[in-house]
Amino acid sequence: MINTAVELAGIKLKNPVLTASGTFGYGHEYAKYFDLSRLGALVVKTLTLEPRKGNPPPRIAETPCGMLNAVGLENPGAAYFVREILPDLKQYPVPLIVSIAGCSVDEYATMARLMTAAGSIDALEVNISCPNVKAGGIAFGTVPEMAAEVIRAVRLNTDLPVIAKLTPNVTDIAGIAVVVVEAGADAVSLINTVTGMVIDIERRRPVLANQVGGLSGPAVRPIAVRAVWQVYRAVKVPIIGMGGIMEGRDALEFMLAGAQAVAVGTANLVNPTAADDVVRGIEEYLESHGISDVNELVGAAHGKGE
Amino acid sequence: MSFIVDAEITHNRKVAEGCYNLTFRAPEITGSAQPGQFVHLRCGPTLDPLLRRPLGIQGVKREQELVQVLYQIVGKGTRLLTAFEPGGRVNVLGPLGRGFTLPAGARRAALIAGGLGIAPLCFLYEELAEQGIAVEVFHGVRSAGQVSAHDLIPDGRVLMASDDGSLGYHGSVVKMFEDHIGLETFDFFFATGPSPMLRALGKLAEQHNLPGQVSLEERMGCGIGACLCCNCRTKDKDEDGWRYSRVCADGPVFPVEEVVWP
Repeated sequence: MINTAVELAGIKLKNPVLTASGTFGYGHEYAKYFDLSRLGALVVKTLTLEPRKGNPPPRIAETPCGMLNAVGLENPGAAYFVREILPDLKQYPVPLIVSIAGCSVDEYATMARLMTAAGSIDALEVNISCPNVKAGGIAFGTVPEMAAEVIRAVRLNTDLPVIAKLTPNVTDIAGIAVVVVEAGADAVSLINTVTGMVIDIERRRPVLANQVGGLSGPAVRPIAVRAVWQVYRAVKVPIIGMGGIMEGRDALEFMLAGAQAVAVGTANLVNPTAADDVVRGIEEYLESHGISDVNELVGAAHGKGE
Repeated sequence: MSFIVDAEITHNRKVAEGCYNLTFRAPEITGSAQPGQFVHLRCGPTLDPLLRRPLGIQGVKREQELVQVLYQIVGKGTRLLTAFEPGGRVNVLGPLGRGFTLPAGARRAALIAGGLGIAPLCFLYEELAEQGIAVEVFHGVRSAGQVSAHDLIPDGRVLMASDDGSLGYHGSVVKMFEDHIGLETFDFFFATGPSPMLRALGKLAEQHNLPGQVSLEERMGCGIGACLCCNCRTKDKDEDGWRYSRVCADGPVFPVEEVVWP
């Protein structure tokens, strides 16, 4: 009997595979393609206090082995989510992690309060790193003091596990991880997208209406694995690793680098069953390598006594 | 309901310069596909390009369980599609999106297409013909030698326009259609093509109070309404008067009067 269950900041997950916020909507689009209870946890698209329309089109540009997006946190707002979407999400027997963002520390605090009061949410992921919104996420996640201030505010306003989602667009991601853990984060997730740009040489203008966007997909995977490796050595809390995971073997790289859990993001856009395929890929690896517990793999690439 | 299918390819033929017809067997898709819906194709097992390619369904042969699409080589992904051979497999997600809906009481319809926008209108043409609705097809191309409605809908009433005057009317398909609104009465129109063409048509339709549906194009991600990458403006009751809709899931077909043109 193989054990794929992991524990993440007090939540028991049947397996280490999550969905990455923003790539899985609020779940129901994907429920047509596979049984969502196959997932370790469901992470839904980032919510803000007020509804946001997001950026004008084009919001997406394909790049070699990846893509840029600049959706701009389009979402229906906290009140609509609690009233119209959350009741539907409860039907799926899978832990639910809600991603929150804000334009101010107060907004993060309010969001934490509202989502905690809504009930049936298992953890909050704090998006301090979305690179798309002017005057929004980018500032918080790239400045250690501001990142810590946001996490502290969320911590004070919820008794749910708090996951800080880190941006790779910094000089020292491990340093940011250390301060958000000191500020009360129970786990960290990384990486968010890498800022990037594509220019249309015929129009001689940026492809994205927002000019810059966030790069994701297999192109960023080595950056993400390196980030997980560094953060694993800097903090004791569990890590959720993500960045270009397309199949089980990619997820295993993250776990070996130190991730307790992984999230599948861009792959959902390519193949609606990608997250389920990753679960199966991990199971097959454990079987074929005679490993009885997935937890044995977490951080194993660091070796013993290093 | 849509499906993920590793479909057997039966044809992948060049039909005009840079333009191909791809046919594959997919009973899951032929069972429910509606005109105006699309299929989302992987360009092979490669990660580069990463994303699927959305292609409007040109037609289905239900008895043979075949789905037909047209594509033009525009980049790396569509160039990879040309290497597909009969007997091989293509990974297809579909049918996706909301297709055309037939308004009650319509008896005469105009189908207006720009370029490869003609593909989904071929599928629609068959449905309308079956229902006994009189149809006139207006198709604009850059020049003679490109895929034309003449070839795709041989028994239909077709008028061609070309940008360079080498085939049919010299000028835009919208201008050609405008000249015809005075001559004939249409109850309804259906249009597909590039955004500037549809915008011009939208203005014309408003002037003439002509109801219709347009199929919009936008750069697309998931194709199933989750990633919110393919947005377009549609009318709404909020203070701005518009909201973003998803081209892939709320469309690609929208009532023309609901679209807020850029």
